[in-house]
Amino acid sequence: MADTIILAIAILGGMGLLFGFGLAYIARKLAVTEDEKVEEIMNILPGADCGACGCAGCKAFARELAAGKRKPSECVVGGKEVALKLASLLGTEAGEFQPKVAQLFCMGGREESGLRFSYIGITTCEAANLVGGGFKKCEYGCLGFGDCVAACQFGALSMDENGLPVIDREKCVGCGACVKACPRGLISLVPEDARVFVRCSSKASPGEVTKACTVGCIGCRRCEKACEYDAIHVDKDTALASIDYTKCTACGACVEVCPRKVIEIEEIEAERSEAA
Amino acid sequence: MKEIFFVFFTAAVLNNFVLTNFLGICPFLGVSRKKGPALAMSGAVIFVMFIASIFTWMIYYFLLKRYGLEFLKIPAFILVIGTLVQLIETFMRRFAERMYDVFGIYLPLITTNCAILGVTLININREFTFHNSLVYSLGAGVGFGIAMIIMAGIREQLEYVDLPKALEGVPIALLIAGILSMAFQGFAGTVTLLK
Repeated sequence: MADTIILAIAILGGMGLLFGFGLAYIARKLAVTEDEKVEEIMNILPGADCGACGCAGCKAFARELAAGKRKPSECVVGGKEVALKLASLLGTEAGEFQPKVAQLFCMGGREESGLRFSYIGITTCEAANLVGGGFKKCEYGCLGFGDCVAACQFGALSMDENGLPVIDREKCVGCGACVKACPRGLISLVPEDARVFVRCSSKASPGEVTKACTVGCIGCRRCEKACEYDAIHVDKDTALASIDYTKCTACGACVEVCPRKVIEIEEIEAERSEAA
Repeated sequence: MKEIFFVFFTAAVLNNFVLTNFLGICPFLGVSRKKGPALAMSGAVIFVMFIASIFTWMIYYFLLKRYGLEFLKIPAFILVIGTLVQLIETFMRRFAERMYDVFGIYLPLITTNCAILGVTLININREFTFHNSLVYSLGAGVGFGIAMIIMAGIREQLEYVDLPKALEGVPIALLIAGILSMAFQGFAGTVTLLK
């Protein structure tokens, strides 16, 4: 009896000790030395894991950054502040920096663009878009279930009563999650200093646009003629105006002449212009 | 050959670990929300079950049985499995980083998974030979995988269903697990066909 007790203790204890020391030895021998730089970079990065940089999360970006494969400015969420901090940490250039924000290119809410049929089903834009080309009169217009709102990790989007998403410029970090979420591609990233927007994405013919929506671009070219800077052009095939932001001076001439009131100018707040 | 197939089939389908033996329920409910992680978890379980069976079988017959300490098998096996999983994790992290990224987070969960301990104990209780115990452990792992994939597939579809508020999430998962389990009872008769 005593033998069994001693043997049991010896064998189990011996196994425990052996395994314990073995593990400790192997863990030390095979320890993965995570680059200290990666840790430091992680402390600076926003840590939202949004994937806007093209990496699978902030950690992956930090690793590639430490290895010199990326530039600090590629973290669009962090913006200038983070990029500069990273650059000073790594002793490299911050890289080209062009902050962007998301803008919605559709004004056809419930009031402006009516229903073709009533849709009862899964309440996401992605699902609704698959059914008969969408329930809206405009095949290109916003469906209003807010897939983009759900995709935003930063709380920058919300739906208004008219069924259109509103993007909060202050909160938008330009990660592009909403751009990917919209099944109709109505949201785009534009340079932060862009002020004038043609808020329509309809590629339908002018006649169809008029039927489908009260605020659709019909490609009348009045904006093109009004622009002194050659910044706005109407595409021949899609009958849709688009703005070249390298030329646009936000003079507002196109906004005034647009018969459908599709072009909008966003006022620059005084504080913002001072900061920039 | 027939025996090997029989052992494998028994472990994978007839006595499916999750749905008939009710072992490994924790990951079955916890990691079965989406097919991707469910598949990764199943892979990790198959891998660890197989390796654990090799080592526990050897420890039992070459160490415990020799000294008449059969009653120690449960603590001894827990020790072995714990060490093994830790060891695999360390090795994976060093030599197979891609694999670590996929399986890594599930490995610590498996340490305390009763399905693994269950397989190693059944191997001993049924007095399997070494190669039979290997086949049995593989079968058990595959069976776990089958249950996981079925469950994950169903739960993915459930996301689109309008459920009563009270049933959302875990309650409906438990109900489905019960129905699946009943369905698997249907295999019970097939043993005679195989023989």
